[in-house]
Formats: sequence, C-alpha cells, structure tokens
Amino acid sequence: MSTEVPPRAGQAGRPPTATDRLQRLLALVPYVMNRKVVGLAETAEAFGVSERELVDDLNMLWCVELRSPDPYCPIDLSYEGGEIVVSEAEAMDRPLRLGVDEASALLVALRMLADLPGYGESSALSRTIAKLEAAAGTAAGPSSQVAVEMDHIAARATMAALRDAIDRNRRVHLSYYVHGRDEATERDVDPKRLLVVDNRPYLEGWCRRAEGVRVFRLDRILAYQVLDVPAEAPAEADWVDVDSGKGLFRPSADDIEIVLELASAGRWVSEYYPCEQVVDLGDGRLRVVLRTPDTQWVRRLALRLGEDGHIVAPAELAEQVAEDAAAALAQYA
Amino acid sequence: MAMSRRKTERLLSLVVCLLSARRYLTASQIRAAVPGYPDSFDAFKRMFERDKDELRELGIPLETGTNSATDDEAGYRIPRQAYELPEIRLEPDEAVMVGLAARAWRQAELSGAAEGALLKLRAAGIDAEDTTQPGIEPRLQTGEAAFGPLWEAVKDKRPVSFSYVAAGRSAAQQRQLEPWGVVSRRGRWYVVGYDRDRGAERVFRLSRIHGAVSFTGKAGSVTVPDGTDVRAAVHDWDIQSPARGTCVLRVRQDAGFGLRRHQLSEQPADEPGWDILEVEYASDSDWWAEHLASFGADVVVLEPADLREAVIGRLKGALA
Repeated sequence: MSTEVPPRAGQAGRPPTATDRLQRLLALVPYVMNRKVVGLAETAEAFGVSERELVDDLNMLWCVELRSPDPYCPIDLSYEGGEIVVSEAEAMDRPLRLGVDEASALLVALRMLADLPGYGESSALSRTIAKLEAAAGTAAGPSSQVAVEMDHIAARATMAALRDAIDRNRRVHLSYYVHGRDEATERDVDPKRLLVVDNRPYLEGWCRRAEGVRVFRLDRILAYQVLDVPAEAPAEADWVDVDSGKGLFRPSADDIEIVLELASAGRWVSEYYPCEQVVDLGDGRLRVVLRTPDTQWVRRLALRLGEDGHIVAPAELAEQVAEDAAAALAQYA
Repeated sequence: MAMSRRKTERLLSLVVCLLSARRYLTASQIRAAVPGYPDSFDAFKRMFERDKDELRELGIPLETGTNSATDDEAGYRIPRQAYELPEIRLEPDEAVMVGLAARAWRQAELSGAAEGALLKLRAAGIDAEDTTQPGIEPRLQTGEAAFGPLWEAVKDKRPVSFSYVAAGRSAAQQRQLEPWGVVSRRGRWYVVGYDRDRGAERVFRLSRIHGAVSFTGKAGSVTVPDGTDVRAAVHDWDIQSPARGTCVLRVRQDAGFGLRRHQLSEQPADEPGWDILEVEYASDSDWWAEHLASFGADVVVLEPADLREAVIGRLKGALA
C-alpha cells in the first residue's frame, strides 16, 4: 500500500469546509454558556467571523430539530439587542476535547518558550504546560515527538540583558558585526523587541545611526551597553510585521536583481537565502534569483562558492568577483 | 455553498442527537431522528458512513455498541465523558503564555490547529487574549513541503518513503523510514527515525527531501523505541564532533572581524598593515576554506598547506 501525500498549504490557506463550520458551531454554544450573556460583536471577533456570519450560525443552531421519537428543538437561544443568551442546549455545554494537532501545536510552542530567557524561569509557563497536558489527556502524547531547539546558547546573556532593557525602556549601544561587509559598526539603538525566528534570536529596534528600523542578529552583537537614557523610537517607525510571511528583511524596489547558477555543492544557497525564484537546471544544478540593496555580500558569497556557483547577472558584478579573486590570488603568488 | 450548508446542518443535528442519546441508537433510529438524509436506505447508509468518518476525523468519539446482550444490531452514541474537554482554568499570566504559543505558529503548518485549540479554550471560558506586547516574539516556520506529511506520519505511526538528496551528492535516493519525530534545529527541520534500508537510526533534513512523501504502511505500524528523545537524537547527530585544527592567517589590519572574534592569538606581521592570527577551525569539512575565501584579498592562509591549497582552489574557481 502506498499513498501519495501532496504537499499542502497551511490549514489557514484553504477555503472553509462544512466540518470547519461544524467545529465553530460546537464551540459557539459553550462559549456563550460559559459567559452567560455575551455581545454579538465581541463573539464575532473571538471566532474571526463577521456579525452576519455569526447570526447565521446562531440561526442554524436554533433551527436544529430532531424528529424522533418526538420532534423537539434541543437548542434555544436569543440574540436580541445584540446580546447572545443560550437558554437551552442539551449536552452541548462543553467544547470538544483538544485534538492531537491542537494539543501538539500549543505544547510544542510552550516547551519552546521554556528555552527563552524570562520564560524558562517563569512558573506561569510550567503551570500552563501541566494544565494543558492534563486537559489534553492522550492527545498530548504525540507532541513529545516534535521539538524545537533554540539556537542561542551563546547569546543567552545578551538576550536576557536586552530583554531587560526593553522592559525598562532603555536605549542600548551596540558594537555590531556586519557580516556582508566584514565590518564592525558602532550604533545606538532604541530596542523594540526580541524576535526569535527559525530558532535564531534577533533584536528589532530603531537604529539612530541609520534612522530606521533595523533587525540585528544576536550572535553578531560583539558588545553592548545598556545606556541610562530612555528609548525614544519615533511614532512613525515602520516595525517589522513578523506575520507578513515575507521574512524579517524586507526587499525594496531599489534592490538589485542577482542571478546565480549553482552546482549541486552550492545548492545550500537556495535554502539559506530568501530567493525570489529557484529553477532546477537538472544534474543537481539550480538557477536562483534574489534581490538585495547591497551587493558587497554577494561578492563575498561568490568567492566562497568558487566553482560551485557563478553570478550570471549583473555582468558588472561578475567582473568584480573575478577581480576580487585575482587580487586574492596575487597574495599567494 | 448550499450543499455545504445542508451538510453542516445534518452533521450538527447528528452530533446533537448522539450526544444527548443515553442509549446506543441504531442506524434506523438515527435516520428517523436526524433530518437531511436521503429517502433510499442504501443512499442513507452511504452518506451516514461518510458522516461518521468525518466526525471521527474531527476527533469526535463516536462509539459503537449494543444496549443489551440480546440486541443483534449495533448502535451508535457519543459518550459525553469522552467528548468533553475536561475542566480547565487558566490564570491571566497562563492565558498570556497560551496566546504567545499559538502566535508562534502563525506562519507555519500548525497555525490552523493552534487557532482551533484557542477556540476550544475560549469556549471553555478562558480568555486567551493576545493584547499584551511581550518583549519576545518567537515564530516557527515550516517552509518545507515535507513537514505536513511527516508530522502526519509521526502522529499516526506510519512508515514513509521519500526521495532524498544527501549532503554533497547530486543524485536523489529513495529512502524508507519509520519516523519517530520531527525536530527543528538551527532554523531547519529534521526527521529522525529507523532507516529500513540501512537498518539503523538516521536523521534527514526536510529541505533535502524532493517531491512527495508517500505513506508505505498502515497507521500504528511504527513503534518508537522506549525512551527515545527525538530532540537529543537530532542534536547528537548534528554536533558529531568535528576534528579541530589550528591555522595561521595573515589578515589585513582593518579587516577580518569575523575571524578576530574567534582568534587564539594575534601579533603584528612583518608587512606593515597586516596581523598574524592563529584561529581554531573544523578541519574535516570544506566549510572553513570557503569561509576564508570569502574574505578575498584581506586574508591569506599561511598554514596548514592543505587549507592554503583549498582556499587557492576556491579562488581559482571564482576567477572563471
């Protein structure tokens, strides 16, 4: 027996089905009952639907009729004046148990939080995990088969200090290593928050040198100093939307388009950098397209790749790389 | 749309009917009570079978049994005890943790599941609102297409098969795996399990799986060995201690910051404007030579000879 499982988009991406709606209806009754009386608007927001959809849900619940042995309507409710009250809902006053996916999603993420400074020590986290495990029962089992290991052991002290600076609203001074330019830089930053994306910690803040929002990798902070100055990021600061799906580093219209051809030993580039396009050329070769405002790091990348990858475009950049390589080889002559 | 509405109505009535039943109801009794089923008994049976599957898929415990030993037709019911989320109360600081945990999946495979869990907790009377602005926002990503099917396989204990391009190879190989778990480490997802062809525990990187993952056996046919720690397994596999060596580099004075962070010693070189650095490195991989080549004319390898040759090779490759 062999069943093909097609790669699929996240559950949020597909159109809602009859069973999605059923789940909502089954949660709606206890939601209202546990609150005695609750507003339409508030409930619609909690369930992520419009008020019209919510009213349609309530009507559907109210209309449930069982015809045998005697016809009766098991659910009685009203939403007069925008206030929902469920007066009768036999056997439906509790939500359905958590499924394996649901219990796992929460438990895996909660256990991941335990690795972060400020949470690992918190009793709230361990209490939450214990309560959810108890409530989920056997559905919690498979969650131990998914784990997220945080990649910040070296940055732990920095992370704790920056978190503290954020909580106290202090400006920080950073010595920051800019990898793409192999440069150590000095700057004052008004820290906003720590982001942990793909297990790697970053600091998001208002960089006073660049006068813009910047994201710093914690493992590239060479030294830091918490200043006795309040952080003052401008109100118009355009903070990173971590849920935009576009990653932390935003491409802009002025970015230069880079085309690289990679041999199989250079394929890692397509996994490591956000590529706009990846074309399989056969024999393990790839052509990738990426955009960047700064080509310095691409020159360094091309030197690193050697014969495992070449810049196809822009041609001037490819020439610069050849010059860089010749200059480096001259040192060995 | 109308179809889907009628189906929702039917499934809802079915759940309410079976939840409030104190006894097992036979298919005929269910057909009489629940509106929306077709008149023909065969058509009803087919639709009812599909409905049962769908309810079970949602995790609704649909039990089969008889009310007495003399009944010869089995009936159905949903025991409330098995259906209901047990009593759970969260303090405000605990509810914040739950909100933060659910948000971590927002861009990833289990976002729908996390939302579903929050919905049930809200329905149980918990206000898991995420209005607070925490100092740390963790986000998981599951860009690898293989994550969904592999999680499915782990959850259902099913063996899988997939085409895999191992590091440093260009050709894909078909691998047969009994998966034990999926682990995220250093921004990448891995699956660990028992490799049937190699007859041993193996770790695979999800981004190197090409094409679809196939299920090759029944649910429940994989046994995870007692005491398996999937996180530790991937960790140990990833850090298999590389051989270390020391290299001597000539580095331009205003450059090589990435190297200076890890240096063992530094002294001025005879040539003005240059330093001599001693740095420890992993000597059994090409990574270090690639890294040194990326510094171009700012870094020259003096020793060892094989590293020097490797860097020269890289640079010659970049010349072409």
